[in-house]
Amino acid sequence: MIRPVLAAAAGLLFAGSAYAADVSLLNVSYDPTRELYADFNKAFAAAYQKETGKTVEIKQSHGGSGSQARAVIDGLQADVVTLALAYDIDAVAAKGLTDTGWQKRLPLNASPYTSTIVFLVRKGNPKGIKDWDDLTKKGVEVITPNPKTSGGARWNYLAAWGYAEKKFGSAEKAKQFVGELYKHVPVLDTGARGSTVTFVERGVGDVLLAWENEAFLAQREFGKDKFEIVAPPLSILAEPPVAIVDKVADKKGTRAVAEAYLKYWYTREGQEIAARNSYRPRDSEIAKEYEKSFAKVELFTIDDVFGGWTKAQKEHFAEGGIFDQIYKN
Amino acid sequence: MNQPQAFTYTPPRDDVHTEPGAIRFVIVALAVLFLLIFVVLPLVVVFASAFSKGVMAYVAALGEPEALSAIRLTLLVAAISVSLNLVSGVIAAWAIAKFDFAGKTFLITLIDLPFSVSPVISGLVFVLLFGAQGFFGPWLQAHDIRILFALPGIALATIFVTFPFVARALIPLMQEQGTQEEEAAISLGASGLQTFFRVTLPNIKWGLLYGVLLCNARAMGEFGAVSVVSGHIRGETNTMPLLVEILYNEYQFVASFAIASLLAMLALITLVAKTVLERRLDEGQVVSDD
Repeated sequence: MIRPVLAAAAGLLFAGSAYAADVSLLNVSYDPTRELYADFNKAFAAAYQKETGKTVEIKQSHGGSGSQARAVIDGLQADVVTLALAYDIDAVAAKGLTDTGWQKRLPLNASPYTSTIVFLVRKGNPKGIKDWDDLTKKGVEVITPNPKTSGGARWNYLAAWGYAEKKFGSAEKAKQFVGELYKHVPVLDTGARGSTVTFVERGVGDVLLAWENEAFLAQREFGKDKFEIVAPPLSILAEPPVAIVDKVADKKGTRAVAEAYLKYWYTREGQEIAARNSYRPRDSEIAKEYEKSFAKVELFTIDDVFGGWTKAQKEHFAEGGIFDQIYKN
Repeated sequence: MNQPQAFTYTPPRDDVHTEPGAIRFVIVALAVLFLLIFVVLPLVVVFASAFSKGVMAYVAALGEPEALSAIRLTLLVAAISVSLNLVSGVIAAWAIAKFDFAGKTFLITLIDLPFSVSPVISGLVFVLLFGAQGFFGPWLQAHDIRILFALPGIALATIFVTFPFVARALIPLMQEQGTQEEEAAISLGASGLQTFFRVTLPNIKWGLLYGVLLCNARAMGEFGAVSVVSGHIRGETNTMPLLVEILYNEYQFVASFAIASLLAMLALITLVAKTVLERRLDEGQVVSDD
């Protein structure tokens, strides 16, 4: 019983270890970037080999942004982290794994690609959803993950809040609106991809609050004849940041490659890969090229409306914060 | 035993039923229906989805480097945890069944512990022990030993979760067999090891195989504990059950169900082998009862 299993295992093992790259990086990322980094890694590896003659292999790990940060803190040997929001990398930095000033080390808040929050609705938009206040109409079911565990969900929440505060003029009214919105949520999944699966495959809900790139991907996978993307006139500028994990990169001696890897995002090729995968590029030329791919949305930043992630996290998502208050009622 | 001699005890007969035929039929039909819905249907769905785009797509999905790596890791982890649990399970069962010592009940409870703990907790225990912020974390990091988010961590979590299977299969069997044969062997001059390999082991071989089989099935199928300690590094620390979820979330349904079908086949093989072994076990007991 044991011997054939062992023999088979050994056979497979030897078969698998034929290829080894000169350098190997581990990129710990969040859920919706699987396709993005599959593309980006291939392009970077080719570019790096052309420039230095060395082969580089980039390994990926994906999961909920918060739990990925936790894994890195617990010792997952990530050379770079590419997470959904700055707060999660702050948590990694707070444990001394990387410099607390990490967000200033790369241009544009260390967020080489951005996205926003849009609505994915079923074909023909039967509930007529056009803007945020349509979400709280009677009989509309909204699908969004749990902001306690999901980075994307926090962007969703903050986008709704920012809209309400601007429209109704006060934080108190915004709280009321967001509270009402979550009464329309039948199920809170733990991650963005989980919510997409709930909406798209299980057919639950009338509208999915989603990363723009995630909405495009779902549409590509399942066909434009099934789902439509509705971009609200006002939404949040989501900036998923990237950073080197100093402690790990220095120990493994991979800092130079890791730096080249993240800087590659700011090249034309990198920006184009972002745009191709439905992330909004930062480069104005590429942005112009792909102008038609993205709806015109007025975007506000988290710094403008909420005074940055640390403050937003503490006020809204911490234990006993505003989300806890509205979700209990 | 305490009955007066006038009464002869007749064992209950299998073919005597008090229920009318209709009720019996309904009960059997319900059981079959239940099995069809909850066991057969999901199995059919797994295989149907796996082959929905044809045999070529199925084979291609299994030939992907990530799939191969997951299969390799799963087999390796199963081999490690089954062989370790085989040795430790036999030792534990032997100690419990053949000797009397203080704290025996406590030991039995300990053996059962992994059954009563949620797999997620089983995984988290190892994070707390070996994680960078954990008990041994700083020491491990200083010596550059990687346990968590690597093969050792996955193997440890699997060993923990599957520990009870071998011991649990052996303890009742060994207790029932008693120590007479061993005593006879020793009184005839056999050494301890000789006694074990010539007397004890042949007596428990079917029970042992049974335990190993269940242990192996669980080791290959474990999700929760492994998910916590894996780190989900593509092509490196994803086992088959983890890869099934990942592929599903990536909308790669054929690939996802192709891997799932391998696990389902493992379950089917286990089921058949289990039935055969159970028959052997029963026969063995009938012989020793006479």
